[in-house]
Amino acid sequence: MITLTDVAKSYNSEVSIGPVNLQLPAGGITALVGPNGAGKSTLLTMIGRLLGVDRGAIEVGGLDVSTTKSKDLAKIVSILRQENHYVTRLTVRQLVGFGRFPYSKGRLTLLDEEIISRYIDFLDLGGLEDRYLDQLSGGQRQRAYVAMVLCQETDYVLLDEPLNNLDMRHSVQMMQHLHQAARELGRTIIIVLHDINFACHYADRICAVKDGQIAEFGTPEEIMSDDLLSRVFETPVQCINGPRGRLACFY
Amino acid sequence: MQKKIRRPGTALRTPRVTQVRHGASAFPTSAAKRRYFTILLVMVVASAAFGFGLLAWNNPAPYGSSGFWRIAEMRTTNVIIMAVVAFCQAMATVSFQTVTNNRIITPSIMGFESLYVAIQTSTVYLLGAAGLIAFSGTPQFLFQISVMVTFALLLYGWLLSGKYGNMQVMLLVGIIIGGGLGSVSTFMQRLLSPSEFDLLSARLFGSVTNAEAGYLPIAIPLCLVAGAALWFNARRLNLVSLGRDSTVNLGLNHRFETIKVLFLVSILMAISTALVGPMTFLGFLVATLAYQFADTYDHRFVFPMAFFTGFVVLTGAYFVMNHVFYAQGVVGIIIELVGGSVFLYVILRKGRL
Ligand SMILES: Nc1ncnc2c1ncn2[C@@H]1O[C@H](COP(=O)(O)OP(=O)(O)OP(=O)(O)O)[C@@H](O)[C@H]1O
Ligand SMILES: [Mg+2]
Repeated sequence: MITLTDVAKSYNSEVSIGPVNLQLPAGGITALVGPNGAGKSTLLTMIGRLLGVDRGAIEVGGLDVSTTKSKDLAKIVSILRQENHYVTRLTVRQLVGFGRFPYSKGRLTLLDEEIISRYIDFLDLGGLEDRYLDQLSGGQRQRAYVAMVLCQETDYVLLDEPLNNLDMRHSVQMMQHLHQAARELGRTIIIVLHDINFACHYADRICAVKDGQIAEFGTPEEIMSDDLLSRVFETPVQCINGPRGRLACFY
Repeated sequence: MQKKIRRPGTALRTPRVTQVRHGASAFPTSAAKRRYFTILLVMVVASAAFGFGLLAWNNPAPYGSSGFWRIAEMRTTNVIIMAVVAFCQAMATVSFQTVTNNRIITPSIMGFESLYVAIQTSTVYLLGAAGLIAFSGTPQFLFQISVMVTFALLLYGWLLSGKYGNMQVMLLVGIIIGGGLGSVSTFMQRLLSPSEFDLLSARLFGSVTNAEAGYLPIAIPLCLVAGAALWFNARRLNLVSLGRDSTVNLGLNHRFETIKVLFLVSILMAISTALVGPMTFLGFLVATLAYQFADTYDHRFVFPMAFFTGFVVLTGAYFVMNHVFYAQGVVGIIIELVGGSVFLYVILRKGRL
């Protein structure tokens, strides 16, 4: 379970996020949606302790993220940011291997190598594993970063727009894989998505963020309504019944 | 998967046998590993050759006479100083570039050498020539090192703990402080008498041959301790090179790691500067070459390569200048010239560093 109590963050006198109170139950996928600048990344990086809170407290799996040792948290929660600065002298496999650092401290065992191979294959990177990161396309690099975060094998996985740069097939594959990880391995996945239809189809809960506040929180069925979405995104949205569930039309 | 275009004459790659796959460690393939160790071997052999050459080549006294040994002993001291300087510059620059996530800058840019110049200049300015002569030997060496380390810790500690705890601000402040100290020194130098200035420039003009050998008994253990600490930190440094976010995500305290490394770097830089004076581009040259030669992210392999590269550069330059061009005074200038040119080349090319 992830608990946010009165969490607030202000970047400057104009931009402030919160106070936010939120409880995200363990297990399943929670999608964070909302307009640009709503505060999704800010909330996610605060949960993932990459950004300190100004006020309030955040607990992940019962541990306070600001007081628990970083090395213990690294086995419980992992986070992928929206943008990643990358090191050129690193191959895909070496990058994914860093995901094992909390366990191996840099000394990779045979078991680690096996786990690394598994996630490389999961994200369809087998043929690219010895390529350097600067020799990849944007989407391939994005998948390599997701593979590294999954390789960390934490109960809580926070992903900020992991579908960035991905094509249709890889987007669907990644969501299916995350869905499977949530269901079969009991992972709790918080994911920032911009495509509300992806959120509706794969997420168990949707949390709509707007102007630094939680605007709506509920199941996809509850969220997928015309006026709610139109209000949150400030764009006319119409929901229809598609062949595989509800679809939001806004084109 | 991408579609592979089959060019005539190229065989399709045989599919990988899926046993346990390797390659997440320092070298992706065994060919890369072989390449690394070949280059390292070449560097070790070249180090030994240049080192031996500097010791034994062209000794004017006849072999076996007491003069021969006295000259050899003097030369041994010089070679040892070169080894210490190469070690300090190599370890310090590689680590510094890792924690600042920047392959262009070096510790010199953070105002280290300006601080050295400022300390020496103000000694002459305030105490006069007699003061500078009195202010030498082991106590001044230790004083110099502790002032530089204290300066580094105060600056980094303050900059990294505050609200503006980020590298860019720190570097900017470093550059400005460096420039400021440089101007203050220049100003004080203008006010010196010519003889005092003469004495001072002898101190400031970096040279292995006029380094104070008396410092070595302290300098060697100190730099070995700092180097060993960095060496045992190498796996953490590998992670730190991924940037702050990944470092924190994977369970290290980024600020602590940074300050720890910067502390060790400041010790190494202080030793090197106090021994032979400012060497602006040596560290850059060595680190850049070492990364080209080692071609890995893993510091456990980059460090030795950097050390041997540094030693080869220094001893090679001295050997060539002493025995080919008979112009040993300009060695420092030559190294800086080559280093500066590489620096410009790398910046302009802006390729993979
Ligand atoms: N480092 C920063 N300094 C100042 N303001 C910031 C900073 N980072 C974000 N902000 C502001 O905070 C607000 C929330 O930003 P955040 O990145 O959380 O938005 P987001 O919901 O992730 O948006 P997007 O969908 O575009 O990724 C925005 O108004 C943004 O301008
Ligand atoms: Mg964002």
